[in-house]
Amino acid sequence: MSAELTYEPTAGGEKPVFFDLDEHDHPEGGSTMLGFWMYLMSDCLIFAVLFACYGVLGHGYGGGKGPKELFELPLVAFNTAMLLFSSLTYGIAMLTMEKGSVRQVQFWLVVTGLFGLTFLGVEMYEFSNLIAEGHGPSRSAFLSAFFTLVGTHGFHVTCGLIWLTTLVIQIGTHGLGQANRRRLQCLSMFWHFLDVIWIGVFTIVYLMGVLG
Amino acid sequence: MSADTHITAHEYDAGADGHHDSHGDDMPHGSMRDYVIGFVLSVILTAIPFALVMTGALDHTWTAIIVLGSALVQVFVHMIYFLHMKTSNEGGWSFIALLFTLIVIVITLSGSIWVMYHMNANMMTMSPSMSSETMSQQ
Repeated sequence: MSAELTYEPTAGGEKPVFFDLDEHDHPEGGSTMLGFWMYLMSDCLIFAVLFACYGVLGHGYGGGKGPKELFELPLVAFNTAMLLFSSLTYGIAMLTMEKGSVRQVQFWLVVTGLFGLTFLGVEMYEFSNLIAEGHGPSRSAFLSAFFTLVGTHGFHVTCGLIWLTTLVIQIGTHGLGQANRRRLQCLSMFWHFLDVIWIGVFTIVYLMGVLG
Repeated sequence: MSADTHITAHEYDAGADGHHDSHGDDMPHGSMRDYVIGFVLSVILTAIPFALVMTGALDHTWTAIIVLGSALVQVFVHMIYFLHMKTSNEGGWSFIALLFTLIVIVITLSGSIWVMYHMNANMMTMSPSMSSETMSQQ
């Protein structure tokens, strides 16, 4: 019995196959970025389907008003600027993260969050105006598709803001450890991704809509 | 046999170690220069289409071409300068995922719009007044 025990390590010590497989030396979170990228790609497909819906239904005005009468381009331009600024400030937050200053990262995250909040506020204002004037999502196929597409983007921004707030607090309590850096990196991808989707929204829905 | 496995185990170990080392630097990060270039290009590529549509300076077709073109270019600008996409990220897997997604998106968009357009054009039974209304809309 004891002979077997001592025998095992000498034979097994040289070929620790199970040990090696078990160790599987992936650092924690090593595959997180790729996994998150996969999520973003699948999110892309959601938006692709919503864009396709909009493309198909976008001309079904049901006798109501179309994009030309309903959309206010200055508001959309303002919102686009807000998202673009927030992308830049998030980038700066990532750069300050590499320097390791918690306060500065928090500051730039809060600035990013305020831009995002402004974006949402303006979108809410636009939506509530449309609904108040009787152009709600149930008015026509065009408006259903519009509210679903733009609303889904707005919902993503809302989730991003909640995530951002959480991270601001987490960085404050736990500092800029490896895990928190990874989370910031994921949110960075998410946030820039939302800006990419918005390019599609303002081009296809608003600009091409008003252009007719 | 034992010598054989010894070598493989060792190689595996080295491979795992190399993998480990590369992971720390694998996260894509940009520089201030990247973000500023991306930002300035995005502002330009946003301002042009908005200005064209709001002023109506060009005719319809050219405006549409430039609006769609700037959007496409801006998506690339965001991908490169904000998302730091490289074909080599994550050993190429993220790029392959992106390509796959793009293929599915193209099929979904063009397929839906193409099929539904023909459905609308060919399969709707409509009265003459309705038909003239849709014709004028298009």
